[in-house]
Amino acid sequence: MSTTALAESRPSLFRFVLNELKPKAPFLTPFNVISVPIILVGLVILAIRFIYGLGSVTNLNQEFPWGFWIGFDVVTGVALAGGAYVITFVVYVLKVERYHPIVRVTVLNGFLAYLFYAGGLFLDLGKPWHIINPMIGNSFGYNSVLFLVAWHFALYMAAEFIEFSPAIAEWLGARRMRNFLQSITVGTVIAGFTISTLHQAGLGALFLMAKGKIHPLWYTEFMPVLFFVSSIFAGISMIIVEGTLSHRVLKDHMDAEHGEFDKLIFGLARGAALTMFAYYFFKALIFIHEHHWDLMGDRWGNLYLLEIIGLTLVPCFMFAYGIRHRSLGVVRWAAGFAILGVILNRLNISLIAFNWFSPNHYYPSWQEVWVTAMIICCEVWVFRWVVMRMPVLRKATGFD
Amino acid sequence: MDRRCFLKTSGAIGATLACGGASAAEAPASKEFVGVLVDTTRCIGCRACEVACGQANGMLVPDVEKDAALEKERTTSEKQWTVVNRYKTEKGDVFVKKQCMHCWQPACTAACLTNAMFKTREGPVIWNADKCMGCRYCMISCPYNIPKFEYNEWNPDIQKCTLCYGRLQEGKRPACVEACPADALMFGQKRDLMEIARVRIYNHPRQYVRQIYGEQEVGGTGWLYLASVPFDQLGFPTHLGTTPYPEYTKEFLYSVPILDFGLPTLLVGLKLLVDQAGRHKHEDDDGEVS
Repeated sequence: MSTTALAESRPSLFRFVLNELKPKAPFLTPFNVISVPIILVGLVILAIRFIYGLGSVTNLNQEFPWGFWIGFDVVTGVALAGGAYVITFVVYVLKVERYHPIVRVTVLNGFLAYLFYAGGLFLDLGKPWHIINPMIGNSFGYNSVLFLVAWHFALYMAAEFIEFSPAIAEWLGARRMRNFLQSITVGTVIAGFTISTLHQAGLGALFLMAKGKIHPLWYTEFMPVLFFVSSIFAGISMIIVEGTLSHRVLKDHMDAEHGEFDKLIFGLARGAALTMFAYYFFKALIFIHEHHWDLMGDRWGNLYLLEIIGLTLVPCFMFAYGIRHRSLGVVRWAAGFAILGVILNRLNISLIAFNWFSPNHYYPSWQEVWVTAMIICCEVWVFRWVVMRMPVLRKATGFD
Repeated sequence: MDRRCFLKTSGAIGATLACGGASAAEAPASKEFVGVLVDTTRCIGCRACEVACGQANGMLVPDVEKDAALEKERTTSEKQWTVVNRYKTEKGDVFVKKQCMHCWQPACTAACLTNAMFKTREGPVIWNADKCMGCRYCMISCPYNIPKFEYNEWNPDIQKCTLCYGRLQEGKRPACVEACPADALMFGQKRDLMEIARVRIYNHPRQYVRQIYGEQEVGGTGWLYLASVPFDQLGFPTHLGTTPYPEYTKEFLYSVPILDFGLPTLLVGLKLLVDQAGRHKHEDDDGEVS
């Protein structure tokens, strides 16, 4: 069907959007059966949280001001959403066209991750209605790392939205708008990459002033660099895992070009393996330079080894093995382990090794974990809604 | 430390670029920051300061007679800005008052992204409810774990000692200083307090350890302490070093503008190179085909 015909056959934009809002798939799917109760109970937890304060549903206390919502949803979630800036850089700056088919879905994933997981920050703020203060005049705390993170965060969300917006324009059949949005993509990608570098590193820089509170195996002045480098392979690993999953579940919504994800996996794995090795090498240098041998042997030493050897070096070699022997299975497992390694690293710095000496150590309440599960469910709902309607996993008819 | 030196050098380039604004502590000021000198050898543990603080600031007023609070070590809370602890030492019971140290270059104010937490020109570090968004980054950053958060309020505040900033404005001294019956607390400008502290150590070398806590710690604090036993026996963190905490983020902050402008330039250059290489390749390919 040609687009002009499509445009003519459509009565009005409003009608169209209204129609698109209706569910397109059977409602009683296993995911829905699980996610709907999670979301409903999560809403009750959030209502309690906003009426009686954070203490009513979380295990946060004066000693542990940041818990699971910050440590996992925000700090870890942002690292795992790093795939978008990596892949847009590879496709639009390095011009490796092979990866073009996965750009949109990766950017969509990244944008939604920022929107939801980082949006989880909103739930954690004591006075969320003041969230615009650092954005609008007279409250600029220029000398705060968090100020820079907040701004780079907001700008990057805008950049990702612009990068994704041609898909929305195609969905609405807005041809001129789409061409305009397409034309600003490269500039946005360059800006987005810059902003990403800084806020990924910035999340590490946040903990620089927690000197003395984070176990010396994890506290280093190089945390910003480490956070940035690890976000590269975290993002790539997420692309491999998400791509593998969505190509199983959403096969019906893909066209031939988008269906061939497996071909790209080895290239992605190569990128992940290289950055992981660089990361590991850097970690090892810091370890040796700061004479950390005497910190080995206790449970913190073991946890460190689990993170650095078990969930960084091992998956790094698994990637290499998988590439060499053309084994998709090994590469997928490697990606899974690499993600676990990044999750463990971020949780170690923000929660586990934070105030490691404390006799009353923080652990998340079930409500904190539940709300996180709810946020993930909401994200999947929106993701599914979008890919079933917009040209994300398929080419739009009539657009090139 | 050579690694640090390298970073310092790159940081220095940043500093020059950012036209190196002198930090507040270095700037010549006609008016100096104020603080309090605590002589723990004089403190009798009566906790009159706790009571006065609660009354003056509308916070919890402890029942000193009955609550037996000295039995275990306490920290300040969202209800109490100051507490007195008792430590059993070789020189007998020593009482130590604890509250915000009012650092000269505070971590909490450097952490605050809305300037809700700020250091006044007079010295007290205070907090503004209208700006705070409740992110609790000040709590993460404070080396003394002083800012406290109201976890059980729908509209929570950060609670910490203000050095009675309101009273200072009226020309009065802080409530705790006013209330102290043992002359253990002395309010004044740091320069004067340091002089008095040194004189006391000099005149009574056997009564004091030769250290004034707060002189150098984390770059200097507004509250200063004298003691008869080493400070690590009195619950003081002695591993904090003398570097002001904001210094730890300085290198990163300086690198931000450099990267924000430098990186896009590099990327545009890279893209042009790739485009050009692509064109050459095309021409070569065409040559082969025809």
